Formats: sequence, C-alpha cells, structure tokens
Amino acid sequence: MDSWRGNLRVFWTLFTPGTFWLLVFFLIPLAGLFQDSFSDKISITETAFTGTFANYVRAFDTVYLTIIWKSIWISAVATAFCLLLAYPIAFGICFAPARWKPLLLLLVILPFWINLLIRTYALIAVFRSQGYLNLVLGWIGLGPFEMLYNNGAVIMGLVYVYMPFMVLPLYATIERLDRSFLEASLDLGGSQVQTFFKVTLPLTMPGIITGIILVFIPCLGSFLTPDMLGGANAIMIGNVIERQFKAANDYPFGSALSFLLMYVTFGALALRAYFASRSKGVDV
Amino acid sequence: MTGYTPKFSRKRRSILQGLGALGLGLTFLPRNSLSEEEKKLNFYNWDTYIGETTLADFEKATGIEVKMDLFADNDELFAKLKAGNPGYDVICPTNDNLERMIKANMVTPLDHAKLPNFKNLDPVFQDAAFDPGRKHSVPYLWGTVGVGFRKSKVEGTVDSWKVLFEDDKYAGRIALLGDAKVVIGSALKYLGQSLNSTDPAMLKKVEELLIAGKKNVKVYADDNGQDLLASGDVDLTMEYNGDILQVMAEDDDISYVVPTEGAEMWQDCLAIPTGAPRPENAHAFINFIMDPEVEAGIAKTVQYGTPNAEAKKLMDKAYLENPAIFPPAEVVAKCEPALYLGEDVTKMRDETWTRVQAA
Repeated sequence: MDSWRGNLRVFWTLFTPGTFWLLVFFLIPLAGLFQDSFSDKISITETAFTGTFANYVRAFDTVYLTIIWKSIWISAVATAFCLLLAYPIAFGICFAPARWKPLLLLLVILPFWINLLIRTYALIAVFRSQGYLNLVLGWIGLGPFEMLYNNGAVIMGLVYVYMPFMVLPLYATIERLDRSFLEASLDLGGSQVQTFFKVTLPLTMPGIITGIILVFIPCLGSFLTPDMLGGANAIMIGNVIERQFKAANDYPFGSALSFLLMYVTFGALALRAYFASRSKGVDV
Repeated sequence: MTGYTPKFSRKRRSILQGLGALGLGLTFLPRNSLSEEEKKLNFYNWDTYIGETTLADFEKATGIEVKMDLFADNDELFAKLKAGNPGYDVICPTNDNLERMIKANMVTPLDHAKLPNFKNLDPVFQDAAFDPGRKHSVPYLWGTVGVGFRKSKVEGTVDSWKVLFEDDKYAGRIALLGDAKVVIGSALKYLGQSLNSTDPAMLKKVEELLIAGKKNVKVYADDNGQDLLASGDVDLTMEYNGDILQVMAEDDDISYVVPTEGAEMWQDCLAIPTGAPRPENAHAFINFIMDPEVEAGIAKTVQYGTPNAEAKKLMDKAYLENPAIFPPAEVVAKCEPALYLGEDVTKMRDETWTRVQAA
C-alpha cells in the first residue's frame, strides 16, 4: 500500500469523519466531565471549576470503595463464567461444518437485535418465582425456587448480556489457530488434555485476554442489570454514578466516581497490553 | 478550598447562554412572532396521565394543537430543562421537584388573571407550602405513597409502616421503593417525624432502622412494586397509590392502605417553564384543564385524586369512595407533601441511602 503521505486527499477524507466523531461526541464531553470532577456546585443547576479535590476525597470514603470493590468482584465472577461458557461455544463454532458457521455466529449476535431493557424484562419473566422456569420445574415436582433478586441473578444477567463479547474474539483467535500444531502435539504423544493446556490455550491467550477486557469493562459500569435483577444488596458503582446524575443532582461527584472507574479500566487495559507484549501467539 | 481564588470561573450556564444567543442569532424570527402566538403548544407530561379526549377537546375549543412528550420521572424532566428549555410550554413536575425548579428559576410565575377556573379548586389546594400563593403552579392530580399488599398473605389489618420496616413476619416478601427521598421520608413518618426533617440525628436513626430492617427486604423496586406484587414475587410493597390501583383493577386480592402514621402526599402540578415559546397558549391550556368537565374526564381515565372540587361533583361513587384514591380524612391530616430541602440535605440523604444499600 502507498504511504498516506502520497495520497493526502484520500488520507484526510478517511481520517476526518472518524476524528470528528471521536472529538465531538467523545473527547469533548469527556473533557467536560473531567473538568466537572474538579468543580464545586454553586447552585441547583450550576457548577464552577475550582480545581477542588473534594469530590475525589469523598469518593475514597469507605462506603464507595466497598461498592467499587464489590463491583469488581461481581464483574470478575461474571467474566469468569463468560469465559468458561464461551470457550467451548467458540471452539464448537470453529470446528463446525463450514456451512453452519454463519448461522451459529448469527445465533450468537442475535440477542443484540433486541434492546437490553426488553431482554432483562424477559429474564425476569423466565426466572421469577412464578415464572416460566419454575412452571416447568413444577411439572416434575421441583421448586418453586427463588432465583431473582440476589447477587447470583445479577451475575447471571451480566453473563447473559455480555456473552457475545467473549465468544466473538475467542472465535477469531481459535479460527486462525494453526491446526497442525495440535496434530503435532498429539502425534508426539501428548494427550488431549495436555494438548489443550500446553498448546491450544497459550496460542489462544490473546483472544482470551481481549474477551476478558471486553466483558469485564462493561460489567464494571453496568447499572441496569443490578437495578432490575438484584436484591436489596445488589448496588454496584454504576448505580451510584447514575444516581449522582439523576436524583442526587451532583454532577461533580458523579464525574469523579466515573473517572475513578475509568482509572480502573485503564489499569485493565494496561494489563492487556502487558500480556499482549509477552504473548508469542497469534496477534489480536 | 480555602484561600484559592480561581482566575477563570467558567460557569456551565453562561456557556449555554452564549450558545443559546448564538442559536437565536441564527434563527429567522417567524413572521407573526410579534402579533399572535401560533396555534401550537408543547406539553411535557407523564405517560398515561391525560384524559382520552382532553387534548382533542382543547384543540376543538381553541384551535391550539397540543404536542405531548412523555417523561418517565422527575429526574428526567429536571435534566431535560436544566440546560435550558428545549421548547416546552407546559410541564407537569411533582411538588418538591417543582419547588427546586422555582428556586432555580426554571419556571415562570403564572398570570392568575388568565386562570379564572382556578376558583374551581378545592380551597386546600389553592395554596401550597412548596409554592406559596400558587404563584408558579396549579395542582393537576394528587395521591399518596403507601403500602400495597396481597390480602390473603397478610395477617390481620395492615395499618402501619411497621410491616415494611420492622416486622420479621414478612421477611423476604417485602419490596421498598428504590428512591431515597420516599423511603427515608416514610421511615421518618414511622418514627413520628415530619418527612421533611433535616435533623442529622433523626436521619441517623432512619439509617439504623433501614439497615436493621434490610434483612426482610427482598428488593428495592425501581417503581415496579405493583408488578412484583401482582406476580406474587412479594406480598407487601411500598408504592404510589395509582400504581397499586392499576393492579387492583385486575386482582381482587390486592389492596392498598396509607399507614396511620401518615405518608407522603404528592401533587403533580402544571407550570410554565422559563423560556416557554407560547405562554399565552400555556395559560389557556392550564385554565382549560381546571374546567370541571375536563378535569373529571382526566380523573375518570387515570384514576388519581383530583384537587378540583367542581370536578369531584361530576364523579361517580366508586371513584369518590375508593380509599386508595381518597384515604380517610384522619389519615390525610397526617400526610404532608415533600418539600425541596436544599442541595446539602439532598446530598446527606443520598449518602444515607448509599450506606443503606451497601450495608
């Protein structure tokens, strides 16, 4: 391909829309939030930039740190379940007959065609104490079980919602996996289990890391799922942030909490970069 | 921070005003802007909160076409108007939110000379603590926050907040609202205080009460307590009376009561937001709503309490004698509207609520 310097007009044509979008709809609002996080409220509707750290100091109160820690924990468990479930799914799709692959991938992304809120309501209809699942279990004399309004329900909801984000990068790496490595391992006397842990897993590690990042980050900021599926203890940091921008009407504090969450996210991304640089496997 | 004076105190509002001025400069004024308002009105209202033919009747009577947008909660209404009025002529905020908007100059005073139907209102609604002299608003509909419950699943009569806050009998079968203001206010009522109490010691007591009672609470419902009650997920829920009324219509086993300790009595009000493009039409619309026939039509459809004494005379017995709409007078006497308590108290209550939820 030619250097972009040789085709300046093409370069700017392709470069401008994306940059414009990023700048106007992402970076500028984000800068506003960043400024807000160092601002004071001066009236009901106004904030003034004062360079104060008070919002961050407040965010380091034990109660918020506890909630952040709990959010990290819930997100980590949800991500782990996603990985455990998605890996076999991605593997299955890769080794399925070629004519089935598009259909199987379509099934993975199909839920995206329905709004998250509607899907969460559907989950409630299935799992509530007089829901469809308990109805079916009732036919064989089991239940009814209380499946909603606890941390387990939140984790289940997150796994359900973010599963495709795990399946797709895993599929991409497994698909590009050179199968002759697997054959070589088996030919040289490695068992199936050894081959999986010593060859397949390391080679697909970049996909695993990408999947973990793609699932963990949105889980960390989620507020709809804990709001609707969680019980009395289900609060996550996303709920606190949402409340600052709504009922509590405290944009500066909400911004400070958002940025704290973003630093956690940066940490996760740095971790990914670290693993990617160490990885000798397939590019991600 | 002490001793630190910012060189550039840039206020969000001033930037927006600048942008607004720019926008005005770019807009060509409509030809008739100096004579008469165009026959249109933008009404920002709650969902399912108007009579079946109200808007069509208004157009028939005045020729003014009403476009109604819907909001889901007061926070949405407030957030939408916070940065400047996007073009609404009439809005329908709840009392404490209205008071906050009055204090932030987000609503304009009414011209009562243009509202002759105001006299139809019940005298108790002709003034309000959150809007003294009704300078900025007229009441639209009112109701209470109480306890919705499944009759076959509770023992004896339910008449106290105790069942939600301190009664282990119903452990795991209770939903509270996921709203700091309402839950804390109701708990204050249970403790014999005003729901507008700003006493930190009292708030601490509320926090302890709520945390101790949390083991019995199944969920803090996001305004869907009535659905949880109808589906059998919970047997008692804190809810707005109108929401419970909806499920009562479909299920005879569900009932609603306002606890004898008193509760929040809310009023949704009509007001004109600052910067409304058509204030004349807005006044005409607000006056039209206070017409007895019109208000009765609305009350018939939405089944909330009307503040309009003349409209009440047109309503049937089933509506007037429904205790879920009009609680007994001695209970009403103990109810009070929530006031806007200032940003500091809002923050204090929000922190209390976070601690309760995280406990």
